[in-house]
Amino acid sequence: MSADPAADRAIDPVGSRALDRAAHRATSAAAGPAAGSSLAGAGAPGSSPVLDIRDLSIVYRTPAGDVRAVDQVNLALGAGEVVGLAGESGSGKSTLAYGACRLLRAPALVTNGSVIYRGRRVSRPADILKMRPDELRRLRWREIAIVFQSAMNALNPVLNVRDQLLDAIHAHLKMPRDEANSRAASLLDLVGIPRSRLRSYPHELSGGMRQRVMIAMALAAEPEIIIMDEPTTALDVVVQRDILAQIVELKDTLGFSILFITHDLSLLLELADRIAVMYAGQFVEIATSDEVHREAAHPYTKGLLNSFPSLRGPRRELAGIPGSPPDLRNPPPGCPFAPRCGYARPECRDVDMRLLPVTTSRDPDHVTACPFVLPDTPAPSVASGSPAGELGT
Amino acid sequence: MSEQTLMSAAAARGPLAMEAISLSKDFRIGRGDTLHAVQDVSFNLYRGAVVALVGESGSGKSTAARLLAGQERLTSGTIRLDGKQVEVSSRGGFRRYKSEVQLVFQDPFSSLNPIHTVRYHLERPVKLHQGKDANVGQEVVSLMEQVRLTPAKQFLAKYPHELSGGQRQRVSFARALAARPRVLLADEPVSMLDVSIRLEMLNLLDDLRQRFRLAMLYITHDIASARYFADEILVMYAGEIVERGPAEEVTQVPAHPYTQLLVASAPDPDNLGSTLRAGGRRQGPATASGRPQNLDGAATQGCPFNPRCPFADDKCRREDPALMQISDTRGAACWHLDVAAPELVSRPPEGGDATTT
Repeated sequence: MSADPAADRAIDPVGSRALDRAAHRATSAAAGPAAGSSLAGAGAPGSSPVLDIRDLSIVYRTPAGDVRAVDQVNLALGAGEVVGLAGESGSGKSTLAYGACRLLRAPALVTNGSVIYRGRRVSRPADILKMRPDELRRLRWREIAIVFQSAMNALNPVLNVRDQLLDAIHAHLKMPRDEANSRAASLLDLVGIPRSRLRSYPHELSGGMRQRVMIAMALAAEPEIIIMDEPTTALDVVVQRDILAQIVELKDTLGFSILFITHDLSLLLELADRIAVMYAGQFVEIATSDEVHREAAHPYTKGLLNSFPSLRGPRRELAGIPGSPPDLRNPPPGCPFAPRCGYARPECRDVDMRLLPVTTSRDPDHVTACPFVLPDTPAPSVASGSPAGELGT
Repeated sequence: MSEQTLMSAAAARGPLAMEAISLSKDFRIGRGDTLHAVQDVSFNLYRGAVVALVGESGSGKSTAARLLAGQERLTSGTIRLDGKQVEVSSRGGFRRYKSEVQLVFQDPFSSLNPIHTVRYHLERPVKLHQGKDANVGQEVVSLMEQVRLTPAKQFLAKYPHELSGGQRQRVSFARALAARPRVLLADEPVSMLDVSIRLEMLNLLDDLRQRFRLAMLYITHDIASARYFADEILVMYAGEIVERGPAEEVTQVPAHPYTQLLVASAPDPDNLGSTLRAGGRRQGPATASGRPQNLDGAATQGCPFNPRCPFADDKCRREDPALMQISDTRGAACWHLDVAAPELVSRPPEGGDATTT
């Protein structure tokens, strides 16, 4: 707390410098041959969604039985909106996102649902799950692009940055070579990499730069939606913050929507407009970031919020979430979180995981899957919760 | 140098176990170029205490751990274990050293051998380090209980791919404990794990530290976890320690401009007013985009942080500051502490040679 005076004083000069840089980027984006023209001016969050996932179910067929990785989920992504998908490894968040773009192959199988895409460039809404291969080819990257988790593996090690960008440009846009070349260069400007790096190979770049190249590639065809699958997980905090700030800046300039997948809820609280918390293939809570932060209703969300050490303020007692996620081949009856839940009671076995509105919330769309626990329900006593918790004392 | 008079905030916890004295490590890269990965780094580890080494990728923190673990040759400097200088030239000497000092790696997905079972991973170090007369089976089971991989029988025959990330990292901990070390070097032990299980793993490490009175070096880029877990924090930048002090003090009132940047970069949901969503870059006093000091961006002369530092002047570009004492237990290597952290140096520090620039 006492650090504030120093920080406040120091922010000013640098803050304006950052703004200058942002302005410079924005102008260089507009000056680029094709960048930023058609997408400028994002629709307000809340208008009719660009991507509407309904009742989507995805299973993995295994000899030992079906793994219900995604079970009857509904999620809408508005134009210009950032929706965060939070959950532990194995909760199904990547499967959900990839399944919605038809990027999964056997043994994964979409068993139910629809994914309606309403882009400004397409004439009428279409169900991605029913698209023919040629329609899918036009959709992918042009309409929905993905920034994959591990930039180290997602980039081709024997192609330099320019060739990879050109590859993405030529595959999805009809464009003369000169124009494509200058577009590749302006894409690098956009993500803040010097043009001298065009000829660099992935191994010559730092982890942060590689991730920026991935983002530049995702932007190559000016998609309406960018799915980001843990784009900053492998990076350290300073670089992470810089890249996230850049993503927000680009989103505001170019006006795409983001589906941001991460296990780090603290990141989403700062970045996302809305957060959907996923557990064992189902959503347990969906609300605006502010509501999740202030008024989290579901015990799992509360557990996630109580999992990361905070840097500022008094040292809180941290509980974490004991135990591990259930085996999805054979999920427990009722609420799948009950075995790890400090609030658990016998009735949890009968919970059907339907999302119920949180009536006390300021967000009218705030929903939770837990019928018993409300935002203001007092925390259970430590004895019934986790044995761990000594760190915070 | 003033850092010799600095006391470690971890010293109160227990007796001195390991001393790193002016460690340096150079790597030759390409034609005649040298990368100073670690420069003149000194610190002590105490039994039952945690010292955190915090810095970004490429800051040299992992190299420092590898030096302590005897896996890299020192360019210069001395390592002492229980007061005796460490010589690990012979194979026997190396093994004896390893039974005192163990390293846990960051990535549980690549640090376990995919073709061997958990049993193999744990039996081997027990046989190697505890001699012929050890009851291997019983020892392995007790190790697994120490790291709470229970019931042990269920896990013994499993292969790494059958385990979750957290379970794998528990196996790594158990493997390190099999040597019954006094010093545990943990190189980003939780950064590859889900946020929700990181805390549990840190609690486990903390528990092991207490039970075995381990002297622990905790390497991380997450300064918030260091606040909760460590007694002393050393902040490393471009191979040098730029700030050190008690964990709570360093995180609450960071002195060095780089530490201030680290603290400002940590996600902070409690400060929603000035978030990323608002479109503002909530920057600390320094900008992040001076490029991390990997190979190219590092200042070769003067303070290594000067290209990214808002307070840098000609002196910073000319001379590299040593650690200046701020209090008994705190120091920072900056010529302009009076501007960067006035609340810390406004009162004359007790007995220190504070900056007078």
